[in-house]
Amino acid sequence: MTDSKKENKILLAHGGGGRLTSHLIEKTILPAFSNDTLDKLTDAASLDLTSASVCMTTDSYVVKPLFFNGGDIGKLAVCGTVNDLAVAGATPVALSLSLIIEEGFDIDTLEKILASAGATAKQAGIDIVTGDTKVVEKGAADGLFINTAGLGTRHENADIDFDRVTKTDKIIINGTLGDHGMTIISQREGIKFDSPLQSDCAVLSGLIADVLNSGANVKFMRDPTRGGVAAVLNEIAAASGFTIELDEPSLPIDETVRAAADMLGFDLLDIANEGKVVFVVDEKDAGKVVDICKNHELGKKAAIIGEVLDKEESPVVELKTKIGGRRIVQMPYGRDLPRIC
Amino acid sequence: MDQACETLGRQINIMEVCGTHTVSIFRNGIRPTLPRSLKLLSGPGCPVCVTDQGYIDIMLEIADRDDCIIATYGDMIRVPGKDGSLEKRAKSNVKLVLSSEDAIKLAEENPDKTVVFVAVGFETTTPATAVAIKDAAEKNLDNFCILSGHKLVIPAMDALLSEKNHKIDAFLCPGHVSVIIGTDAYKPIVETYKRPCVVAGFEPMQVIEGIAEICRQLTNDAPEVISMYPAAVTATGNTTAWQIINTFFQPYDGYWRGLGKIPGGTLRLKEEYAKFDAMKRFGFNEIPAEDLTGCRCGEVLCGLIDPADCGMFETKCTPDSPVGPCMVSSEGACSAWYKYGRRRKRRT
Repeated sequence: MTDSKKENKILLAHGGGGRLTSHLIEKTILPAFSNDTLDKLTDAASLDLTSASVCMTTDSYVVKPLFFNGGDIGKLAVCGTVNDLAVAGATPVALSLSLIIEEGFDIDTLEKILASAGATAKQAGIDIVTGDTKVVEKGAADGLFINTAGLGTRHENADIDFDRVTKTDKIIINGTLGDHGMTIISQREGIKFDSPLQSDCAVLSGLIADVLNSGANVKFMRDPTRGGVAAVLNEIAAASGFTIELDEPSLPIDETVRAAADMLGFDLLDIANEGKVVFVVDEKDAGKVVDICKNHELGKKAAIIGEVLDKEESPVVELKTKIGGRRIVQMPYGRDLPRIC
Repeated sequence: MDQACETLGRQINIMEVCGTHTVSIFRNGIRPTLPRSLKLLSGPGCPVCVTDQGYIDIMLEIADRDDCIIATYGDMIRVPGKDGSLEKRAKSNVKLVLSSEDAIKLAEENPDKTVVFVAVGFETTTPATAVAIKDAAEKNLDNFCILSGHKLVIPAMDALLSEKNHKIDAFLCPGHVSVIIGTDAYKPIVETYKRPCVVAGFEPMQVIEGIAEICRQLTNDAPEVISMYPAAVTATGNTTAWQIINTFFQPYDGYWRGLGKIPGGTLRLKEEYAKFDAMKRFGFNEIPAEDLTGCRCGEVLCGLIDPADCGMFETKCTPDSPVGPCMVSSEGACSAWYKYGRRRKRRT
């Protein structure tokens, strides 16, 4: 900003591989992520892993708005990929981070987003070791898209597989449902509440490591992002062949989030989370896992929310409602729309 | 409830005519808590689901114009016309709004485009559309108009009951709509057809209390209009809201998806507000008849057949590619049947 050579808007030339690209990397990107591997600016990061059992994942982030209460696209891009590694039973080691920027994007805003991504990675104890920057013409992208890929080594206690799910296993979540999705939707729709909604966007690798380190028999884990808890449990039911029963009164829900969902006609089971993990745990260890979660700052409201029932030809996810009724929790359609009625 | 089932010695069919009741019944799993011979029929209570194909086709035609912005409630974008839906067209000029006020704002922010508000809903949303027209008229907002698909509840109830062979024993009437129309509005239904009309709230226990009151009336063969909804529902309703509806709109015999024309069941703008009428502005004379050949939603709604008895069920008509209103609504009878019907009966 004080550098006279620095443009305050992204130009196509910033992605062109020439002087402006170098300038952007040196002045904007490296300061946010600096570490020994990245700073060498080699074409590929060179890593020495402690294990030959490696997990790898990738995800792209296109969230609107770019800044939301509780996070931003940069934080989300790190949390999302780190969490995907963690729920697969991996200890995150390194991330790549690539930017697709729309021409004209504000460089100060980009700096804020990258600083947030850098801080989140640091908090997770993981380095961003490589990356890429592309600039596309105005109109060809909506501001900023980020892709991150993650590499991790498998935790020695991790044996995460749909096939291990069996009758009497308990379903556990580390806190309230739908906070991220309702925050984004409310902000997008311009709805304000007395106590503002806040995304749960957070790095889960620490909490998951605590659970795995305890030796608890965790059969399966997944982060209920898009599609929410409903999607995750439907995937587990379909892949394992077991019906899953949820207990409505046990679902941890923030009252403001509930009010927002009721107002817009959403079912919180369908709504995205960014700092939650669903565990399927052997019933003997369920209490222990809940206790470990509760001792972690990201698991204060952890609860057993359901259990695995019989193996069935057409397994379903069923909700025991607070009035003693039952209903089937479906795989969500894929796009949440406010209802008029 | 058990007593009513025993006294009548047959299946009792209670129809709810409000999408919010349908959602509450579904989400709270109320059906399985009721006696087996008590059946809840989801009536034409979701304004989006009863919007006819012809209306959607006109909306899609307007959406194809580059000089227009379509302002719509979110759940409208999935309702299909003859050839696709707003969602499938994926046009960038379609904006989701939460209120008619947002549509007015869009018009003010985009003076070089005409904002067409997709005005659907029952008596609860119509006053807000009327206020938007009033607002636009006062502001001389020439680039705002509405495509009216507003519907009235009572004519639909009347039409269902005048259907020969219908099996509807009573109506669970919507709390919100009743706040506007008042309980007196249901009196002709009770007098003409001798069917209980009980207004209930949307909390699960309020729904169950409403059903219990209906059962009491059926047992005693004493149909009447009763409001179990908190004090907000009066005999005459909200006269201010009615006045503003009547100022701007008039009823006509419009199409309801899957049900055909319902006498006096749809609202359109009065002649003096023609400049805010998207139909007139874009040269459409009338909404064409829909072609839902084979759709038997009318009979499903009347409790005459089960969804699986319809020849299109599961073949031409599925939740991802719905035809009739009972499949368009995710909690509609056909949609629910499709998703759960094949599930083995729970071992009890």
